[in-house]
Amino acid sequence: MDLFISIFTATVIAATPLIFAALGELIVEKSGVLNLGIEGMMLMGAVFGVWAHFSGMPMTLAILIAIVAGALSSLVFGILALTFMANQYAAGLALAIFGGGVSAFIGRGFGSTPVDAVQPIKIPWLSDLPFLGPLLFQFDPLVYLSLILFVAVSWFLYKSKAGLALRAIGESPESAHAVGYPVIMIRYVAVLFGGAMAGLGGAYLSLVYTPLWVENMTAGRGWIALALVVFAAWRPIRVLLGAWLFGGMTILQLQGQAIGLKIPTELLSALPYIATIVVLVLISRNRMAMVLDFPASLAKPFRPSS
Amino acid sequence: MLRIEALPEPSRTMALAAPLIATGITILISSLFFLSLGFNPIDTLHGFFVQPLMSLNGLSEWLLKASPLIIIACGLAIGFRANVWNIGAEGQLILGAIAATGIGLFAPWQDSVFLLPSMIAGAIMAGMAWAAVPAFLRSRMNTNEILVTLMLTYVATLFLSYLVHGPWRDPAGFNFPQTALLPYKATFSVFDHSYRLNSSIFFAIAAVIITWFFLERSFLGFRMSVGGVAPNAARYAGFRSSTAIWVGLLAGGAAAGLAGVGEVAGPLGQLSAHISPGYGFAAIIVAFVGRLHAVGIVLGGLLLSLLYLGGETVQLQYGLPSAIANIFQGLLLFFLLGGNFLINYRIRRIR
Repeated sequence: MDLFISIFTATVIAATPLIFAALGELIVEKSGVLNLGIEGMMLMGAVFGVWAHFSGMPMTLAILIAIVAGALSSLVFGILALTFMANQYAAGLALAIFGGGVSAFIGRGFGSTPVDAVQPIKIPWLSDLPFLGPLLFQFDPLVYLSLILFVAVSWFLYKSKAGLALRAIGESPESAHAVGYPVIMIRYVAVLFGGAMAGLGGAYLSLVYTPLWVENMTAGRGWIALALVVFAAWRPIRVLLGAWLFGGMTILQLQGQAIGLKIPTELLSALPYIATIVVLVLISRNRMAMVLDFPASLAKPFRPSS
Repeated sequence: MLRIEALPEPSRTMALAAPLIATGITILISSLFFLSLGFNPIDTLHGFFVQPLMSLNGLSEWLLKASPLIIIACGLAIGFRANVWNIGAEGQLILGAIAATGIGLFAPWQDSVFLLPSMIAGAIMAGMAWAAVPAFLRSRMNTNEILVTLMLTYVATLFLSYLVHGPWRDPAGFNFPQTALLPYKATFSVFDHSYRLNSSIFFAIAAVIITWFFLERSFLGFRMSVGGVAPNAARYAGFRSSTAIWVGLLAGGAAAGLAGVGEVAGPLGQLSAHISPGYGFAAIIVAFVGRLHAVGIVLGGLLLSLLYLGGETVQLQYGLPSAIANIFQGLLLFFLLGGNFLINYRIRRIR
């Protein structure tokens, strides 16, 4: 039973940075913009979070700084993709490379000094429940935040008027513009939100999960978050399920290493990446499911006609 | 008030000027960056762009590093023109290097003159095989090739790490994660023993010529470009998109595999855990800086190679991390993409 609890909680924790980043990218893509630079934005969040923490700022402020760092990095992409109508694939790639370089440069002095990680919180009464307590109510606050944000994003997309406008813009920016929505401005907001969420996901890695700064510590999680949005066929609930699935893969792979399976560690470490491919294939095969919630204007530049 | 106006037709002057402007702004920003770190920007820029080219050894290293970038960018440009996004050339390069090393060390025909040619063929095929996975998945299963090529890069990196830490580790190598040195017959011959530039540079020249011919003169290349710019027109004309996907990805894979053998059988001489300083990713930038055109790619490759060399120089002289090269690569691509705007639009002041 203890093993089950530890695998379950470890899975949820491993999934949390993916949930942040993928929920952010979901909003970006729903607005019709494809930002491939999640990896770079996560790294910026991760390194600036550690920087703020080492500068003596309280943890809440450090996380906030990471969010701002992610959002500012996404602004670079936004200016290129939205104002200058650049190729979104190339602009996103540039951001991924740039973020990797800048974060490595800023973090060059951080060595491997450990961070005082964000600690789990005790929820009165609930945490003390037998079985359910350690299973569900002893996480760090950011895990609960990721679930709150999931509910918020789902509500926003499907129940709010602004969410309807966002989806309309992603579907057909021309029509949305004709009706009078400020397409470019709303897309900017979406891109900034995506950056902020990626920054938060990065901060989760460097301030909670690992917790220290290592060059390129995201190890492809930004790209996996991107894959999650495709996997989810642009639906929030499946982002959540997908993130847990991949979190589970990571933990399973670590467990396999821990119990000393006779498989080389490198090959076990490759599992989450291979699983990503397999899952993508299974999902993409069903073309109908793919087009249902696909934002039709994704990655196409838009220029208001007047 | 400023207003954005579409030009009646794309400006040819700007198409040529944009990469130069982007390079200029990148240099300007980098000087400010060095200045903010307390270094004399003139000295650092000299170290970055002039010093590497002031010696024969520097020139040899310049061409040596430009060669894999140019080869890979040529292959990628063929795919990019058709909107096929292979961003996993790094992984395809690694597979090429692994195949070449495997043949060079373990093939039974060690003394044959065909050793090196078989390594080259093996590397190209390995790169193509690694790229065939996303090609198959995209054309048959509709799977996004960006994600698959990238995930396979991580898998390739881990596989390489497994080989050099495990079964292929040199038993006489003091436990370093690297294979034994390739035999002399399994390496490209150098032009002069003082310098590392070797005969694999001819592959870069060949790649440029083939790519130029394919993109500008062949019917298939034309069809692929049409498919990239106007997918509906291409479909109406009966051009199959799966052909473009296969050719686009296999060209990139073959080129990256070739670059891989150029590295292990060239300056490296053996397989280790870090065989490429991100050539596969930098080549994407080279392809864009070169406007997906063979001649442009040569210039782009020389520029990015200089960024690598300069990065090494300032790393040694000023103790700055090598990640700086990534910052400049990212900046260069940012400004280039911004500059492209001026090809199709102009900004006018209106009263």
